[in-house]
Order: sequence, then structure tokens, then C-alpha cells
Amino acid sequence: MSWEPVIGLEIHVHLKTRTKMFCRCELEYAAGENTRTCPVCLAHPGTLPVPNVRAIEMTILLGLGLGCEIAENAIFHRKHYFYPDSPKGYQISQYDEPLCVDGKLSLQTADGGIVVGIVRAHLEEDAAKSVHMGGAQGRISGADRTLVDFNRAGTPLVEIVTAPDIHSSEHAKRFLQLLRQTVVELGISDAEMEKGSLRFDVNVSVRPEGSDELRTRTELKNMNSFNFAAKGIDREIQRQIQVYESGGQVEQETMHFDPGNESAPPLRSKEEAQDYRYLPEPDLVPLAPPRELVERLRGELPELPGARIGRLAEEVGFETAEGLVTSGRDRLYERVAGDRREVANVLMNQFAATGIDPATVNADELAKLIEARDRIPRQAFTEALAASGDKGFSAEAYLGDGQITETRDLEPLVDQVLAANPQQVESYRSGKEGLLGFFIGQVMKETEGRANPKVVNDLLREKLKA
Amino acid sequence: MIDTLRLTAEEAERLIASGEVSGAELHSAYFDAIGERDEELHAYLTTVAEADGDGVPIALKDVISTKGVETTAGSKILAGYVPVADSTVAARCKEAGLPLLGKTNLDEFAMGSSTENSAYGPSRNPWDPTRVPGGSSGGSATAVAGGLAPWALGSDTGGSIKQPAALCGLVGLRPTYGTVSRAGIVAFASSLDQVGPITKTVRDCSRLYEIIAGRDPCDSTTVDLPEPVAVPEAEDLKGLKIGVPKELNEAEGIEPGVSEAVRAAIELCRELGAEVGESTLPRSVEYGLPCYYLIAPSEASSNLARYDGVRYGIRVGNGDIRTMYERTRDAGFGDEPKRRIMLGTYALSAGYYEAYYGQAQKVRTIIRDEFRAALDQFDLLVSPTSPTVAFPLGAKTDNPLAMYLSDVLAIPPNMAGLPGLSIPCGLSEGLPVGLQLIGPQFSENLLFRAGHALEHALEFDVVPERLR
Repeated sequence: MSWEPVIGLEIHVHLKTRTKMFCRCELEYAAGENTRTCPVCLAHPGTLPVPNVRAIEMTILLGLGLGCEIAENAIFHRKHYFYPDSPKGYQISQYDEPLCVDGKLSLQTADGGIVVGIVRAHLEEDAAKSVHMGGAQGRISGADRTLVDFNRAGTPLVEIVTAPDIHSSEHAKRFLQLLRQTVVELGISDAEMEKGSLRFDVNVSVRPEGSDELRTRTELKNMNSFNFAAKGIDREIQRQIQVYESGGQVEQETMHFDPGNESAPPLRSKEEAQDYRYLPEPDLVPLAPPRELVERLRGELPELPGARIGRLAEEVGFETAEGLVTSGRDRLYERVAGDRREVANVLMNQFAATGIDPATVNADELAKLIEARDRIPRQAFTEALAASGDKGFSAEAYLGDGQITETRDLEPLVDQVLAANPQQVESYRSGKEGLLGFFIGQVMKETEGRANPKVVNDLLREKLKA
Repeated sequence: MIDTLRLTAEEAERLIASGEVSGAELHSAYFDAIGERDEELHAYLTTVAEADGDGVPIALKDVISTKGVETTAGSKILAGYVPVADSTVAARCKEAGLPLLGKTNLDEFAMGSSTENSAYGPSRNPWDPTRVPGGSSGGSATAVAGGLAPWALGSDTGGSIKQPAALCGLVGLRPTYGTVSRAGIVAFASSLDQVGPITKTVRDCSRLYEIIAGRDPCDSTTVDLPEPVAVPEAEDLKGLKIGVPKELNEAEGIEPGVSEAVRAAIELCRELGAEVGESTLPRSVEYGLPCYYLIAPSEASSNLARYDGVRYGIRVGNGDIRTMYERTRDAGFGDEPKRRIMLGTYALSAGYYEAYYGQAQKVRTIIRDEFRAALDQFDLLVSPTSPTVAFPLGAKTDNPLAMYLSDVLAIPPNMAGLPGLSIPCGLSEGLPVGLQLIGPQFSENLLFRAGHALEHALEFDVVPERLR
């Protein structure tokens, strides 16, 4: 029998507000432990939550970007659980009346594309961070002691839940990349997995090809990269298929993905499922976003990655278009003139390898460089690309004809510059090595930018050593 | 010589304004009275010796967070807890120049009707120290009736201001929900908790309410007052229509002496020019108390989850986190909080929520509608505040249900979010009887007006007979 995977995602995104969700402690990643806390986020007796208006606006913006309906009356709920990272003993979240519902995000694919339903996007607060010292697994049970950092407690967090509309690990990965880019471009989150500002869980089940049933699913937690997610999903799909094919039943359980040993040990099974005792938060009034606000935010929506991929796909094919957009290089692509496929190709390959921030690049100079690519040595092209993010980068300097690359031609000029600036030479030799740039600049001025910077650099260092 | 038993806040303010006494002298007069009588009455859990402010001193119930002054909510679990910030109401009192006399005793986490649930021992009724002062704001009522504070703040979730005011012969206002900030008030049941004054006169009550009321950006459930607070002047009830809800006045368990005093007060309303008629609240009285005992414990089970030994308060045990939680909460909470946490946890559990908490919220809407209909016909409703006068210490401690029934008349308007004013209307067996005046939302000015006119006509002496 042939099996079809059914995948749904739950994505958590930290919002980039200045302060926390329900108090006005500033959010600062990597601040000293417990230095961004107050009686509210430490849950002192009698303290009350005051919602962060900016976080609400950002969530609405996201909802609009994902084509969601924005609720006229959203309700905050208390979700109860006892754990040291939960100072109040409950998390303020949203339950049956979330802020954003019923949206979709389209993913282009080789055979046309899929539409992934967004069931909901709701606003909640993050927990504190527990650090378990000693013990076997870095988990709370068996730890010698647990330290808690409350800086993260109360960070505004949006949870996005998709419909089970994804049917391969590859699409799951690409959907996550697209969603991440959407969130980044909406300006509502850094969405950096290393910083924990983007986290996600994956629900996986399988069913016989052609059927539309939904079988028991398992939940994979602790995914820390898109690639690991794809790997973990594939492995879980295979495991479930094996279970069914050997006549067994898949159990509903939560698995903690451990990229180290490539296994996903069960975290808890259905029997241990928690009862969160949801309670409408009595300390907050229902959230009723004014329609004018929603419309104003709708007007602020930028052209989103999905739409841009669609547009660029006509020029360079959807795969390259998706690569450009999800890597954040498509804006540069659009600014660089020249053959579309060639520009895209350079940006996705050699340029990508440099790691340069596309925003720092002078597009006109880069266009000249790409245009001359076939006429200059590969080495020179690579060097030029590596320098393309520098301030004042000029392609001219690297374009073979006219460039002065011979030591014998440049040496007299270098000597001339050094002789003309004895004071700077003195300073350099007494330790102000930052003056190297000054000398390079002077040589460039003499040659109208035609000197090969690497050769000049080497010559200067050599001569200034003496 | 300052007679702290008789001095009203208004008179005290006049003395200060005229320069006859300083704020510090007044504070120290009360402090002396505390030294003299509080060993017997046990109104205070903490006292403050230094006067901070030149105004009329005040006592605050120990659920009201006070910066730098221990705030325990009457619980062992918060023993030694010193807030780093003032609650909004404490800050407003400070801004108004009212120096703090101390923090008053209460039933643990405001759960109770006698102060006998305090982890620090009960307060005693100044009218008869063998009897309870009511609760949970019993310490605040004891302080004012015993001449240990000119006025005080309490909090009322299910009658905790109105009932002790009634049992101690004082004026107590439970304000409209949303008019007084809960920021910094140790939470019991968030959708019901309100802070309010306990005073000797209705005028004092209105003045203290004026100081504490009004929107607070730190409490999203507060609103701006629709009109400024008016200190009452009028001595008649002309033009007012007063309803006497049958079920609130004829409920089972109302003592004959209480009924008699209340009937006399209702008659007086007529004499003062009010039009009096019978009203009805059948479902509110029948279902008010049961609904309250689903909603309040549910919210309490949630609000008390934060007391886990991790960040403040006591901690018992050093081992495994679960064991630490269990031992801390077992040692820290008394029987009543434990009982309500269990009730509430059950009522919120998956599969039971709709039948209990969800259902109680629906009934609450019915109660609200029923009151609205009654108050469409009448400006105010009246009833006894408590079915009984002050009862002897220990009389109800073994029977939680009997204790809960102390608030059967005070709870229904609370469930509807309505303000209620209790004023003393006479004595039964030598003990004060309270009259409850209920008005529509934001009708505090009307309650003050009616309360003041009745108070003037009743000429009730607020000084306990044995202390005169």
C-alpha cells in the first residue's frame, strides 16, 4: 500500500516589541539573568496584566498578511500548569476566541502549488527559561537543581496553527521558510531560531494514499532547524508506516526531537495529557480591535514574500524566485540591472557564499560587475564580490582593462604617497594601523580608482613595516 | 484629649485643618488606642509607628499591598512578604496625605465571614469580644468600631465589606465593580473583588470612596466614574422609589430581631418621603450563593496558583520540585483556601467546566438581568445585610456551609456587579443590625444620599455600648 503523510505545523514567533506583553519591562536578548523583571512578570500578589497595544497591532498585521479574519471580540484565557517557568501558575493565552482565524498561505511548487490553511494565529505570553543543573537529560526530573531566568517571562508570542494541509517534509520545510520570511518582512519578529524567537512543533500522521481520513498523530517538539525538521518528519513518517504495516496502531504521543542521537523519544503520551483548566482571564476585558485600526494596518501591509515569489517566478522560475525571496536577496535582485537569470544565479551562488548583507550593496556597481563577469578572471570576480558590501565599493577597480595590477606599476605610486605623508607614516608605525585605509585611498585617488586594491594593500604593508 | 472611639474622619480633618491637632498627633492618639485595646481585639496584623502624611490616618486590610510594609493576606504562605510597590489604592491614600496606621486582620485570602480563617488568629467584635466582627474585612471593621482607626479600607468579594460593617455597627461600601482599582490587591476572585471603605458615617464613606475611586491604567477592568463623587447633604428621601425584594427580606435564617430593625428602617424610608414598594428577585436569591461558590473558588484556584514557594513567601522542602510545591502549599494554606482550591480546580476541569463554571456564568447573566429589571422599577433596593447579628466565636467554624450562609443576602448584588452600602439601622439583642442598600451600577452618589438621610434620622450611636 502507498501512504500519504499528513502534516500540520504550530509555529511560535516572538514579537519584536520594545516591552513585554503584559508589563513594561524592556525586552533585551542576552541581558543579565533576571534583570528584566518587575512585580508583574514575577507574579507578585495582586499584580495585573496590562496588554501591550503594539503586540496586538503586530498580531493583527500578521493575521492580515496571512489572509485571516480579525476577530471582533477576542478573549484572553488563563492556561494553567505548575512549573517554575510559569510564575503565575498559568499562562495568559487565547483559547476558543483567538485574534486571527481562518487564513491561508500559498506555497508555489513545481506542479502548481499548495494552499496551506491557517487555522488561527493567537497572542500569548512566553514562559520564563528554566536551566536544569545536573541530572541526566537536562530535564527537570532528576536534576540537582533548577535555575529560572524570568527575563523571557511575558515576552509576546504569536502562535500560528496550520491546517494539516502539508503532505511532504520538503513542503513543510519550504512552508516554514516562507512563513519565517513573511514574519520578518512584516517587521514583527526577528524569527531567529538560535535566539528562540522562532520555534515550532510538527504534527505528523499518515494515511492510505487517496483516503481523506485523519489518523492518530504524533507531535514532534524541540525542532531547532528547518533541515532537522524535515529529517525528523521523514523518520516519523517511516516509523508510522512501519507500525501500520506490521499491523499495529500509532499511539498519540509527544516526542522530543534530539538531533544529536537522531531519535525522538516520547515525552508524554495521551494518558498524561495535561488538563489546562482554561479560564477566561478575568483581569482583562475582551479585546475588540476597532475596525479603523484593522483597516489602517491592512493599508500598511507590504508586498509579501508569497506575492513576490509569484511575480519573480515568471522571470527566473519559481525555485530560484523562492530562494531569492526566502533568503532576503530578492530586493537586491530587483535593484541590480542585467540579464535576469544571470543576476539571480550570481546572487544565489557566488554572492550567497560571501555572506554579505544584501542591504549594504550598491546595486549599480554590482550590475557593472556582473555584466563584466565573463571578461575578467574568476579570481578577480570573486574578490570583487567579496568587497561588494564595502563602503565606496567600485566595480571599476576590478574590471581587468584599465586596472593596474602590476607591482612594478604601482610601487612608484605607493612610494610617492608615503613620501608625501611622512606624519601619517610615523603615526602608522607607532601603532595607528587604521591609517592603512588612508594610504590605500591616496593611491586610489592617484590612479582614479584603477589600482588593484589587494596589490596596493600588500605593497603598503610591506613598505610600512620597514 | 482625642476620643478615638467617637471621632469621625470628617471631624478629624477639621481638627487638622484648624490646627487644633497635627496629623502626627492624631496618628499617635490612634496608636495609643491600639496599644490599649488591640491586644484584646486583634484588629491589626502589622502596625506602623511613624506617621507618613499630615492627613487623617487610615488602616488597610492586609490584602492591600503596601510598599515596605509586610502584606500577608492573613496567610502563612505569605509570611514575611514585603511588597516592593504600593497598590493603587494605597498610593492614592498616600497622595491624599493619609498616613498608614497598619494592616488589618482578615480571613485568609479574604475567604470567610468571621476572620476565624486568619492564619494569625481571629479579631474580636468591639461590641462583644466573645463574638466575631464578621469577615473577611473583620480587622478593618474592628479597628474602626474599636476606635483604633478613624476609617479603613476593606475588600469585598462576596460580602466581605458589607457583612463586617453590619456586624460592627459601621458604614461599609462595596463599590460598583470596575470603579476601584484592583492593582496590588492580593487577588481572591478577580471578577468579584472590589476594595471599599469602612467608616463611621456615610459622609466619611463618600469622602474615602472619592479618594480611591477612578480609572487606573494598571487595571484594565476599571472605568472612569460617570460623575464626580458627591458628599451627601440631603436629609430626606423625597422622590426616591425604594423596592423591598421579597426574597432578600424573607430568606430562611434571617433572625427576627434583624427583620424587625430592617422593617423599622423601611418604615422610616417612607416617613422620609420615599415611595416604598415590594420587589422580587426570585432567582438571584435562590441561585446567587451556589453560583458564587462555583465562580469564586474557580477563580481562586487560579489566582492562588502563584503561591508555589519559588519566588517569595515561604518554601518548605528542598528536594524534588513537585514535593516542594506540595509541602509548601500544604504548610502555607489553611483549610479554607485548600477547600476552595479543590472546589475550583474541580469546577474548571475538562468535562466539568460547562456544567459548573460555564453554567454559573450563564446564571450570573440571569441574575444581572433580574436586578436590572427590579432596578428599572425602583431607584434602590433594601434588605438586611446579614441574616444574623454577630455570632459567637467558634459557632460556625465546624460547618462551612453555615458560615457561607452569612453572605446569602450580600452576594446576589455582587454577582450582578452592583454597588451595595451597609449602614447600621438598630440593635438586636444589643448587637448592631445592618441595612443593605443596593443601587444600579455607578449609583454610589444615590446610595450615599439615601444612606446619609437614613443615618441622620436613625441616630445610631456607632460607639459600642460597652466602650461608651
